[in-house]
Amino acid sequence: MKVTDERVTAKTGAARYKAGVLKYAQMGYWNPDYAPQDTDLLAMFRITPQEGVEPEEAAAAVAGESSTATWTVVWTDRLTACERYRAKAYRVDPVPGSPGQYFAYIAYDLDLFEPGSIANVSASIIGNVFGFKPLKALRLEDMRFPIAYVKTFAGPPTGIVVERERLDKFGRPLLGATVKPKLGLSGKNYGRVVYEALRGGLDFTKDDENINSQPFMHWRDRFLYCMEAVNRAQAATGEVKGTYLNVTAGTMEAMYERAELAKELGSVVVMIDLVIGYTAIQSMSQWARRNDMILHLHRAGHSTYTRQKTHGVSFRVISKWMRLAGVDHIHAGTVVGKLEGDPNSVQGFYNVLRDEHNDVDLQRGVFFEQDWAGLRGVMPVASGGIHAGQMHQLLHYLGEDVVLQFGGGTIGHPMGIAAGAEANRVALEAMVLARNEGRDIWNEGPDILVKAARHCLPLKAALDVWGEITFNYASTDTPDFVPTATAAA
Amino acid sequence: MRLTQGTFSFLPDLTDEQIRAQVEYCLAKGWAVAIEYTDDPHPRNAYWEMFGLPMFDVRDAAGVMTELRACRNTFPEHYIKVNAFDSTHGRESLRLSFIVGRPSREPGFRLERQESAGRRIRYTTHSYAVDRPEGERY
Repeated sequence: MKVTDERVTAKTGAARYKAGVLKYAQMGYWNPDYAPQDTDLLAMFRITPQEGVEPEEAAAAVAGESSTATWTVVWTDRLTACERYRAKAYRVDPVPGSPGQYFAYIAYDLDLFEPGSIANVSASIIGNVFGFKPLKALRLEDMRFPIAYVKTFAGPPTGIVVERERLDKFGRPLLGATVKPKLGLSGKNYGRVVYEALRGGLDFTKDDENINSQPFMHWRDRFLYCMEAVNRAQAATGEVKGTYLNVTAGTMEAMYERAELAKELGSVVVMIDLVIGYTAIQSMSQWARRNDMILHLHRAGHSTYTRQKTHGVSFRVISKWMRLAGVDHIHAGTVVGKLEGDPNSVQGFYNVLRDEHNDVDLQRGVFFEQDWAGLRGVMPVASGGIHAGQMHQLLHYLGEDVVLQFGGGTIGHPMGIAAGAEANRVALEAMVLARNEGRDIWNEGPDILVKAARHCLPLKAALDVWGEITFNYASTDTPDFVPTATAAA
Repeated sequence: MRLTQGTFSFLPDLTDEQIRAQVEYCLAKGWAVAIEYTDDPHPRNAYWEMFGLPMFDVRDAAGVMTELRACRNTFPEHYIKVNAFDSTHGRESLRLSFIVGRPSREPGFRLERQESAGRRIRYTTHSYAVDRPEGERY
């Protein structure tokens, strides 16, 4: 006969509401028999309880503090449908290979959330619990949004398919570069970099996250010179070109003013930083939708909470929130570049951003099935320490619907910026052509690049300078999973 | 100038054998291949003329290549491109689009600027070719 553990069993009736302090599990926030509803929001946390705290109690505490609970019993619960509003921790699994850590699954009733508000979701799910004393550390690993909730968001204003149609660019990753040095150039010199890079063969150039309106270059000057560069490059190549004009500013009013000028000048894209906040992002998404503008999001600041495995919020959750909030581009990792990114985890982020439907995929860190209910896909952006010599790896890992951004790899080219851009474009087109012909680009990639360089001197020069550069460091954020679940004895 | 629209314009012009390999790739994916041509290659000319309907029922690259030869014979001095349509839900758009024919001389575009207040400029990309009537442009 099963022995009931008092500590993790919900109390009922008058005993539940007697004034005083109960364990969260005793208050009803741990319910291993709960079957999640299709309409529930689901969250999966990695919890590291303090010594002596049972994992079920720790999971219940997270469920409680992210829904209705406070530290003591309150009689006013009884004025509400409190059973329904209580989040339910329904499953706790030890994390494979990480003693003292547990994956805790929690279900939330749909009525706990305001429609169409990432601010509300995040205030609920991560608002209060991350500093909670009974836990040493806490990480939000993944979330599942029910279709009913997904449908309260408009999502990306443009999306992958429409962006490609507007740009008339199909069948290959798009190419971009961030203008360097990111600080110090005057507007006129800055526009020169944009012109050379676009004329040479890139589709996009980009302001960096902290290019706003500084003493060396005010925003209006940057916008005017950049649009001269974009239009010159368009006329020189016959292709649609764009430059992500960063409209990030201190107030919403200033951002709207900057976005309006970008629109008046004929830009196809504007850019914002993640640090402007979720509500500002949703406002800018509405603006972009009204004005047929691609909205680029730079994930400035995310590593402060996404990088460490035991504490913070996984980037796959940020990816889901940003798809709902409605951005068209988001930086989501390169795998092979200079910034953090385990291949499986990064592919998980890309799938969450791009696919119509995600199945559970533990190897890539995707813990829940997610139906996106027709919400458009977000174009991931791979940026940071990548170069033409890695083209086969980039295409292999990241696929076609991605913007590959070669900043240093374009601007640092020994023959100049336009040559750097041309090298990247030739390498890309040669690799896509070979892949479509059925070549094994993973193994034959370097050879394909060398052959393509025979008719492109700038590519030869790029391979000579950067061909051997790699950034092989161990990732700090890898999924922990057991490939085959073992049946309980 | 060399018009660099399309997926492979930075490579040397594709041979018929290379074009055929790309068509086979598209057909293997279940996409419908279509041929379009124009003498107005403005970057925002969304509607090139269709050389027949998309070949939904052609499952053999040889059939596409026959159509392509016919298009080249009829329009030897136009831009010609091969498109591949994917009707899968959630895409329903082009998956590949590459230029397979060009006029012998590509005059390109001039940029017109209309100066206005606050240093603002209204830009127009003007194709030199369209100064002449349709049919006499290249």
